[in-house]
Amino acid sequence: MNKKTAWMLSALAAVVLAGCATGPSVSELNDLARQVAKASFRDEGIVKADKVLNTDETNRLCSEADVAGKPLDEATAKRVEEMNFKTIQWPADGKFLGDWKLGEAIAQSGRGLTFTDSANVVSGGNCYNCHQISKEEISFGTIGPSLYNYGKIRGVSNPDSPESKAIVEYTWGKIWNSKAYNACSNMPRAGHMGILTAEQVRHVVALLLDPKSPVNR
Amino acid sequence: MKRSHLPLWAAALMLACAPALAQKTASQGIDEYRAMLQDGNPSELFEAKGEGLWKQKRGPKNASLEKCDLGKGPGVVKGAFVELPRFFSDTGRVQDLESRLLTCMETLQGFSAAEIAKTGFGKGEQSNVTALATWIAAESKDMRFNLPQSHSQEKVFYEVGKRLFFQRGGPHDFSCASCHGEDGKRIRLQDLPNLTKNPGDGIGFAAWPAYRVSNGQMWGMQQRLNDCYRQQRFPYPGFGSDATIALGVYLGVNSKGSASIAPAIKR
Repeated sequence: MNKKTAWMLSALAAVVLAGCATGPSVSELNDLARQVAKASFRDEGIVKADKVLNTDETNRLCSEADVAGKPLDEATAKRVEEMNFKTIQWPADGKFLGDWKLGEAIAQSGRGLTFTDSANVVSGGNCYNCHQISKEEISFGTIGPSLYNYGKIRGVSNPDSPESKAIVEYTWGKIWNSKAYNACSNMPRAGHMGILTAEQVRHVVALLLDPKSPVNR
Repeated sequence: MKRSHLPLWAAALMLACAPALAQKTASQGIDEYRAMLQDGNPSELFEAKGEGLWKQKRGPKNASLEKCDLGKGPGVVKGAFVELPRFFSDTGRVQDLESRLLTCMETLQGFSAAEIAKTGFGKGEQSNVTALATWIAAESKDMRFNLPQSHSQEKVFYEVGKRLFFQRGGPHDFSCASCHGEDGKRIRLQDLPNLTKNPGDGIGFAAWPAYRVSNGQMWGMQQRLNDCYRQQRFPYPGFGSDATIALGVYLGVNSKGSASIAPAIKR
């Protein structure tokens, strides 16, 4: 038995003993889960255990809400959304739309950032894993809503027009940091967490909003 | 196949006009593919190997595993799988099947449990652990999960496992629940069981160890969890680590009453 495990087991024994009469409290169990995770996971490849396990406040609050089985209270949700909204980096040159064809390739790719990937793998957006997007791709997931006709449904016929501005910005913001609009969204924060570059986000926005994209035809 | 006599134009029309129907067909196709494979599940080969290993005198102590206590007394195999993970008083730990096998291989046969835990999946003694787990699981086929929750550590492990299940993190903010927290969801065309409750007979926890057709490998629950964490962009969970065992308790207790179909066959 290594030192780490021995230490963890003594912590566990302490919690079990302390909880003999009534069972351990919620905060004791939360602490114990953290200790168990710390002792169980190790760095591998490009993935650093500390970084993943010491995640940010957004994830911590949402995980606790998930365990409790009830959503964040309204005030906390709003605070988390505002906190995340502030992280959104808007396109420096004001160009929100790139090439939808490149966006389609990014949406198809689920590659990158696992402990078996090398650091130079270009990460994909994982979009089709959870969303229907173009009608041609029938292998899509259903964890997120269908994005087929995304721009059309929202009345975007010219993404450069002033009427389209709000939707264009929302789409960029949602991809950059989904939690800015829904505190505990299942969707990754692609820009904020460095999964996609600004250039890649631009292409995915085009896939959703370009009238020539198969999404809107 | 007789069903394929549908005129080509009709098939093309179905694909073009009804994507929902096309998906259903693809999904049904996969089910049929699995059903065909059930006639000859290659896990039988691993079962046979595992049974042989259980009875064979091996290791520095040249002993078999026939006195190994999997929770129902020394040497009792039938029914053991559907009650694991559980607390073992000799080690003072909650253990799953695979970590318990390491204990027996160390105490009875003289292997180093730590060495085996460090060995990569499918290599050396690890492949033997998988074969043993496959046979032991098969001995409880069609029996219903009934993990004990009477020991305080078993209860604590359930609660810890639940917290790990919902723990978001990594670049994608994924937790186990991101994919396995709701009914009727899919990743691409792959159906995802909701593991926050009982997903039913032979689903989720009740399907592993399983033979994976896509890579021709036999996987135990430890490897299944390891690959979930890999795809979640999480760090590497140690083999037989408490996190993996606590998750096993959470999943296994949630599956109470469901029948085990392990060793199953997967895409």
